[in-house]
Amino acid sequence: MIPAAFDYVRAGSAAEAISLIGQHGEDAKFLAGGHSLLPLMKLRLASPSVLVDIGRVSDLSYIRDAGDHIAIGALTRHMDVETSAVLKEHVPLLAHAAGYVGDPQVRHRGTLGGTIAHADPASDLPATTLALGATYVAQGPNGTREIAAADFYQGFLESALEPDEMLTEIRVPKMGGAGWSFQKFNRRAQDWAIVGVAAWRSNGSSGVALVNMGSTPILASAVSTALFGGASVADAAQLAADDAEPQADLNASTEYRTHLAKVLVRRALEEASK
Amino acid sequence: MTVIDDRPATVLGSRMLRREDPALLTGEAKYTNDLNLPGALHLALARSPYAHARILSVDLSAALAAPGVVAAYSGADLTGLWAAPMPCAWPVTADMKNPAHYPVAVGKAAYVGDAVAVVLATSEVAARDAIELIDVQYEPLPAVVDLEDALSDRIVIHDELGTNKSYQWDLKIEGHDGAIDEAFAAAAYTVKDRYIQQRLLPMAMEPRAVAAVPQPFGGDITLYSSTQVPHILKIMSAITLGIPEHQLRVTTPAVGGGFGSKLNVYAEELLCLALARKHKLPVRWNEERGENAVATIHGRGQIQDMELAADADGKIIAVRVRILGDMGAYLQLVTPGIPILGAFLYAGVYDIPMYDFSCTSVFTTLTPTDAYRGAGRPEATYAIERAVDSLAHKMGIDPMDLRERNFIRKDQFPYTAMTGLTYDSGDHLAAAQMAAGLADYAGVRARQATQNVPGATKRLGIGQASYFEMCGLAPSRVLASLNYSAGGWEAATVRVLPTNKIQVVTGTAPHGQGHETSWSMIVADKLGVAPEDIDVLHSDTAIAPLGLDTYGSRSLAVGGVAIAMACDKVIDKAKKIAAHQLEANEDDLEFAGGAFTVKGSPDKSMPLAAIAFAAFTAHDLPDGLEPNLEAHVTYDPPNFSWPFGTHICTVEVDVETGHVKVLQYVAVDDCGTQVNPMIVEGQVHGGVIQGLAQALFEVAEYDTDGNLRNASLAEYLVPAASDVPSLTLGHTITPSPTNQLGVKGIGEAGTIGAAPAVINAIVDALSGLGVDDVLMPASPQTVWATIQAAIPKTPSNGDSK
Repeated sequence: MIPAAFDYVRAGSAAEAISLIGQHGEDAKFLAGGHSLLPLMKLRLASPSVLVDIGRVSDLSYIRDAGDHIAIGALTRHMDVETSAVLKEHVPLLAHAAGYVGDPQVRHRGTLGGTIAHADPASDLPATTLALGATYVAQGPNGTREIAAADFYQGFLESALEPDEMLTEIRVPKMGGAGWSFQKFNRRAQDWAIVGVAAWRSNGSSGVALVNMGSTPILASAVSTALFGGASVADAAQLAADDAEPQADLNASTEYRTHLAKVLVRRALEEASK
Repeated sequence: MTVIDDRPATVLGSRMLRREDPALLTGEAKYTNDLNLPGALHLALARSPYAHARILSVDLSAALAAPGVVAAYSGADLTGLWAAPMPCAWPVTADMKNPAHYPVAVGKAAYVGDAVAVVLATSEVAARDAIELIDVQYEPLPAVVDLEDALSDRIVIHDELGTNKSYQWDLKIEGHDGAIDEAFAAAAYTVKDRYIQQRLLPMAMEPRAVAAVPQPFGGDITLYSSTQVPHILKIMSAITLGIPEHQLRVTTPAVGGGFGSKLNVYAEELLCLALARKHKLPVRWNEERGENAVATIHGRGQIQDMELAADADGKIIAVRVRILGDMGAYLQLVTPGIPILGAFLYAGVYDIPMYDFSCTSVFTTLTPTDAYRGAGRPEATYAIERAVDSLAHKMGIDPMDLRERNFIRKDQFPYTAMTGLTYDSGDHLAAAQMAAGLADYAGVRARQATQNVPGATKRLGIGQASYFEMCGLAPSRVLASLNYSAGGWEAATVRVLPTNKIQVVTGTAPHGQGHETSWSMIVADKLGVAPEDIDVLHSDTAIAPLGLDTYGSRSLAVGGVAIAMACDKVIDKAKKIAAHQLEANEDDLEFAGGAFTVKGSPDKSMPLAAIAFAAFTAHDLPDGLEPNLEAHVTYDPPNFSWPFGTHICTVEVDVETGHVKVLQYVAVDDCGTQVNPMIVEGQVHGGVIQGLAQALFEVAEYDTDGNLRNASLAEYLVPAASDVPSLTLGHTITPSPTNQLGVKGIGEAGTIGAAPAVINAIVDALSGLGVDDVLMPASPQTVWATIQAAIPKTPSNGDSK
């Protein structure tokens, strides 16, 4: 449980962080809350040569009402997302789901930007922001660009971020009173979901995303399409895994995962329809 | 009659806070790995990645050239250091097969994690990095993971033994052999079920840690180890390494839990000692969590074939048990004895006249098994309690009713079982009735009738387990009859210092149990002094040279009783001094509240403080009486202690997902007289959760190549506080008649009751769907798959297409 040797530098601003990562090349990694990266380093599954610590870039920690959406700084801790009055009012699904990440210690250290940039399909908030149709803002040496959540997740732990880009902001559309549900199925509260579902529903529209049902967070588009076409919740839920590529692990076979996705999507939609 | 007792308040039986906790809770406690040992060399071990492989060559050259590396050795390089193979202290049969087992493997590796080479370096990082540079050439051989496959000898693991079978141990009652067959043939009801006790990882919060520190001159050496058994470790290390025993001191700083896994003599302890002597420098080792998962012993690992025969009224008349036990790759300290510790308990709490037990144990290419909380007794209790439920189901009666028909009755105690053991005291019916009341057993049954209708998503179940535990290890002569290589006594010294402060020296070795608190309460009660004036010394063979350590729920029932007896001897001696100085007859003195008083003359009194000082100055002692006030007792218990109780678990099973929610858990435990009810509750809490964890969460998952697939706490699911129910505890108190405190053990009881109660509840919830058993751990996937296999698939079955 001892990481390989690495160098450490601390950035005082987003621009400095991007400059530092550029100087140190592809083996450098941003360190935010450290709750995904450091365990990988201790297991020596990751051995970055340099860590660029952005933990003190305090101007990236905020939650702001930006009219049609809420803008959240990438370094905002899960605990701040969970307890934010602005989010509870306008994006209650995200605030609620943040309360399911890890345990209280993890939620006080881990950041929203960190979990999204890490792009773990088993994490709760990448799928939740995907369901909500969020837009992510990336800053690089040549300025900023917006990436739709639906375009962001490229593969297992792979995102659309360039090596010298940093995720700086998450923009989540206001839910406008839509019904919603977050279903996390696991064996211990602190664990990643075996299968999770983030869903919202408003009139004919809906958004449904799956946690841990493939190499990336999965948007269950077939479910939303069926609902839009007038299908019942029970029938739409049968399509839950149509876009998924579930893996087998110690907790669940692919068959069981697929079954769980259908049950949980149905339960999520039932709750969101109340 | 009015008894005037002017002691401040009775200490014994109070909920005194544990004196150990401030240091533990604030992080001040020092563990072995906290020791500052300047100049120490750090040991790291290269471990086999194969479950079964011939070691063709070990090239240490790159490791030796690495920065900070002082030395590196293969197994073959070290054979000269061992005077004997690693010890197994429990040869259960005369013809038991026991392969030679050395701290570092020579020739063959027999499990993933078996050490094949070691490095000594100036830092832990350097040592662990250098391990990566050792080039071991292996010839992989097929793994042996399945117990029945092992028994077939298709692949023999230890060539020199010619078989994988270690032993067969039978407990056959004379005259029962043919009679049992007849009983089964004639019985109105029989059940025959197979139960699997999965392998478990003990996962003590503190992994193991060792440091061996040689003294600069004279050859003395001190071993620091995170162990439950400093005394046993000292003797066994001296024998294995050929160190004169008087030159070896074993001491344990704070120990962060053991659950039996630190009741052992491990390769790393022997390596640190041997290499510290060789290099004349301190040598230390600290276990990583992933190492702990493969290199520290595992628990359980049995296949149990269990049969009951009953008459038309449900009176159980015979039990027949066949066990196949998983020893793992080698026999560790008490590996073969673990199934035998359960051998006597397969009749549980029932009055069953015929008994037939046989255990066959085999080697596999997996980590060795050994003692784990309950050690043989949870396995036995699980089998009988599951089988009783199975019988009740077959008879169509309530399991509670069937149990009540078969309990050993209160008036039958002391009860001599057909196994030859005598159960000291008990009242199973009272415990069961208290538990049923706390659990609202009748109410749950009524709710079941309305809730468990066809098509219900959430099904309600209630399950019971009543247990008897054989603990307080143990009468030495009984251990002799079981071929155990040591006795079961415990030693205690009580020393009253000149200023009336008390030193208690105990041979027990606490690692979380709170002995310092409990032992001081016993002495405070006996001698009438304040608990804070009592110091408890332990876990250092230089301070407490005699002892047999802590395991098997023995410390209070043996070690605590020894302390009470030593107090009596102190009082006897003090009485002689008081009589002499008060010029009274000893028979006229009474001792209460820490002072001797002449009966009928309350003004003629002498406090213990004055006696202690008089004993120290020795100016005016009775002729022939030795100075100082101190007594030593070595107590060999006349019997085991027999705690018992009933646990009742209520669950709700989500039929669609297989998720089991524990709605309520009731534990009624009887451990006789309670010294500190808060500590008793703590033991029950931890024990129940550990048993519930076996039922719902934990299993060592091996693949067919013998790789442990969940060697981290992210994948090996030890439940946390948020994952377990709040417990409802009750106690009946039936004092043990065999010791003066009336105490019985409590450390393992919770674990013993929990697993069968939980599984019985799940099966009860699902019996309407045709489910009659579910494997442990009852994970959501396992429960779901069990339901799928039981019910015929129809379109109306939820979401299953």
